[in-house]
Amino acid sequence: MTTLTINGTTHELDVPDDMPLLWAIRDIVQLTGTKFGCGMSLCGACTVHLDGEAIRSCTTTVGNAAGGEITTIEAMKEDPVGQKVQTAWLDLGVAQCGYCQAGQIMSATALLKQNTNPSDAEIQDAMNGNICRCGTYNRIQHAIHYAADAVQEDT
Amino acid sequence: MTESNDSLMIANVSRRRFLGGMAGASALVLAARWDMALASDDEKKYGAAGMPGGWVDDPNVFIQIDPDGAVTIVNHRSEMGQGIRTSLVMVAADELGADWDRVAVQQARADQDRYGNQNTDGSRSMRHWYDPMRRAAASARMMLEQAAANEWGVPASECEAGVHEVSHKASGRTLGFGELAEAARELDVPERSAIQLNPIDAHRYIGQEAGPVRGRDTNSIERPMAIDGEEIVEGSATFGADIQFDDMVFAVIARPPVLGAKVSSVDDSEARKVAGVEKVVTLDTNSEPAGFKPMGGVAVIASNTWSAMQGRDALRIDWDTDAAGDNARYNTDEYRKSLEEAAQSPGKVIRSSGDIGNALGNAEETLEAVYYMPHMAQAPMEPPVSVVRAKDGKAEAWAPVQHPRAAREGLAGVLGLDKEDVTVNVTLLGGGFGRKSKPDYILEAGLLAKETDGRPVKVQWSREDDVHHAYFHALSVDRLEGALDADGKATGWRHRTLSPSITSLFQEDPEHKGGFELGMGFNTMPFDIPAIQLENPEAASHARIGWFRSVYNLPHAFAIQSFAAEMAEAAGRDHRDYLLELLGPARQINPRDFGDKWNYDEDPSVYTIDIGRMRNVIEKVTAKADWGRDMPEGRGLGLAFHHSFQSYTAIVIDAEVGDDGSVTIHNADIAFDCGFQVNPERIRSQLEGACVMGIGIALHSEITFREGRVQENNFHQYNVPRMEHAPKQVRTHLVNNDPKLPMGGVGEPGLPPVAPAVCNAIHAATGKRIRQLPVADQLAG
Repeated sequence: MTTLTINGTTHELDVPDDMPLLWAIRDIVQLTGTKFGCGMSLCGACTVHLDGEAIRSCTTTVGNAAGGEITTIEAMKEDPVGQKVQTAWLDLGVAQCGYCQAGQIMSATALLKQNTNPSDAEIQDAMNGNICRCGTYNRIQHAIHYAADAVQEDT
Repeated sequence: MTESNDSLMIANVSRRRFLGGMAGASALVLAARWDMALASDDEKKYGAAGMPGGWVDDPNVFIQIDPDGAVTIVNHRSEMGQGIRTSLVMVAADELGADWDRVAVQQARADQDRYGNQNTDGSRSMRHWYDPMRRAAASARMMLEQAAANEWGVPASECEAGVHEVSHKASGRTLGFGELAEAARELDVPERSAIQLNPIDAHRYIGQEAGPVRGRDTNSIERPMAIDGEEIVEGSATFGADIQFDDMVFAVIARPPVLGAKVSSVDDSEARKVAGVEKVVTLDTNSEPAGFKPMGGVAVIASNTWSAMQGRDALRIDWDTDAAGDNARYNTDEYRKSLEEAAQSPGKVIRSSGDIGNALGNAEETLEAVYYMPHMAQAPMEPPVSVVRAKDGKAEAWAPVQHPRAAREGLAGVLGLDKEDVTVNVTLLGGGFGRKSKPDYILEAGLLAKETDGRPVKVQWSREDDVHHAYFHALSVDRLEGALDADGKATGWRHRTLSPSITSLFQEDPEHKGGFELGMGFNTMPFDIPAIQLENPEAASHARIGWFRSVYNLPHAFAIQSFAAEMAEAAGRDHRDYLLELLGPARQINPRDFGDKWNYDEDPSVYTIDIGRMRNVIEKVTAKADWGRDMPEGRGLGLAFHHSFQSYTAIVIDAEVGDDGSVTIHNADIAFDCGFQVNPERIRSQLEGACVMGIGIALHSEITFREGRVQENNFHQYNVPRMEHAPKQVRTHLVNNDPKLPMGGVGEPGLPPVAPAVCNAIHAATGKRIRQLPVADQLAG
């Protein structure tokens, strides 16, 4: 048995230690907001936070995530920064198909928690690993600045 | 009827033969389709009426109003990011007079008999469904008004629907939609001739860039209307991959590495030892043509996706690649060379005017160029995935699918059921781009559902599966020759286009493009040049070729728009001025006059080739981009335009090429004319996305084959654009928002001119002409 703490809730899972965290979250815990896109840390659709850091859950094993605080997209509406990112996404109409956007929002939220006023270059560095096949990058860029303004207003 | 048009019709009929189930096609259906194909233009049906299933405008099918006032509008088209679940609902809500806050959308199951055509491709959803949805909603509104009139004992003409209520002006009485719903439901639907549509300027949602925010004071901030927006950002939206059942099992499949290869032997002893693996099933390889049929292979069924994947890794399979015939020798490098050689000789003549031999032979100057575009995979972010449960003589599927009817009828075929016993639930699609028009990945789950004792089975494709087993965008070679007179004026234009045809999916390979493929910007080439010769030499298919967003418009636009720029340069002229001269004066051309019998299934007398609208987008975009201005060293502006899916797009790209050969796109200006606009904000988003995808096509994306096997595996080898590749700024300029203009498509027509505009910008920046895509490292060193 492995114990995972996801969004503050403890889950006892009977899965092998080498199972990628992604599949434990999706198939076993049945939180499906975190998406599968590549399985090789190439696209970022599976991004979650582990102890506040954005990580790719498709290449992080359950064994490596055990003992840490795992946060998924489902917890973002309760997160003061995540909430602002979600609002920015809605106000600017970022999403098209929406499949990659949970990962985008998780990457963007982790960025804004470390840097409340990122430059274009810093946004690109933080977001370049998140692929959007619909091509919503310009709006993501704008939405992160827009969310950053909201975060700064709060502080 | 031209021969090229025959291919299209054969494709349609053959596709029906497959979809009609393995048991054989309905002769009546075939005959009816042939009649259609042979019908004269007078008898032909166009638009939605010409599609399988046609249109439906019955309010009782699409609109439900509950006593509490909740309005539910059924959306029967697939949502893959184009925003149709929002845009069609905007149309219905507006015409009904519904308050956006009290409107919900319900996704239709696959049922073309009930809903009309559901095949979500060809950028058709709005242009085919704006009118029927308006009529359905207007009928419902009139029924509410009649119900109020009956209640008050006054003429219906004195009752008028406002926002979610009907009022009687003279007495000041009002009744809410909810209060009237029950009585309205009992009334007859108005005759179609009696339907009164709201005037366009009375609309509150249609045409708005942003709408009221749900659940908030509508006078406060506004944001784009987006039916699924909140669920998407909260991670609660349901895509195909997100379907869960407690008793569900998970399958992945080792598919034949070469199209048509068979399993000669499989050792599954190690696979069965993987914890969670329940079953290993060998699937038959279907014979060609590939159609939408599952490819075959070996499936591993397990208690979760990871176990199934590990089980698959542990399989030892010997493949019989001899069974794949020529496909096992498919090598894209060699194939390309063979097409380039074939392009030197004449091919089937598609269109001919003037004397091309004379024009080229007696020109002051001639030029020639051969352009190449590789195979590409659609690679939607959600790889193909589906869930099917077969139990008690019935089957139910949950799938992200662009073509619900094909999924339903295909499942009926593989499960030996009547289609009435097959339910297909359409989820949100995590991207489509044409890949999810082909339900092979759903039929796979149908086959495996026979093996799981009534438990639902999910078939999950990995990214490698998706890249290896796409229905690939056709590789293409286009050879162009131009003749110029002493003044630099174009006097001759010869274009030979060579690509494997999508029609090879459904019939013995015709080795020529079908009518609908040529109609994507090849035979409709609009330039006014005295001698024009368009030819299509043979090209055989050795892989599954399929629709990719904007399809054959991609290579045609790339070649034509690049070559026009080359001719302008040879003539020593400004590219924009030369393009306008090539087009000639504003006029409307009937596509039939160019030999095009397809015209995206639209009436050629309504949907013409409008040179004035082409000129307009070119003039608009070049003005907005400040065309002709001085550019810094290493930086240039590139222009291209294209007419597709009944819309007109022109784009100017501002690109910089670094010393290391890397390309930075600073700005993109896009002028777009799709006629009347319902949801301009989503139109802009489609153009922005198409621009990014087009930059990927220009710079990065390529699928290659060796020995019949795809060489790329995942996003480290099959490169798609990332944030660093996107333009720093995209500006969209929507023009001709005129309700009198017939509606054009939106999802696809933004894409074709992007790659040639990028390459023309690279030329302006460096003097280097790109004729082979992707650019990749061609500019390095």
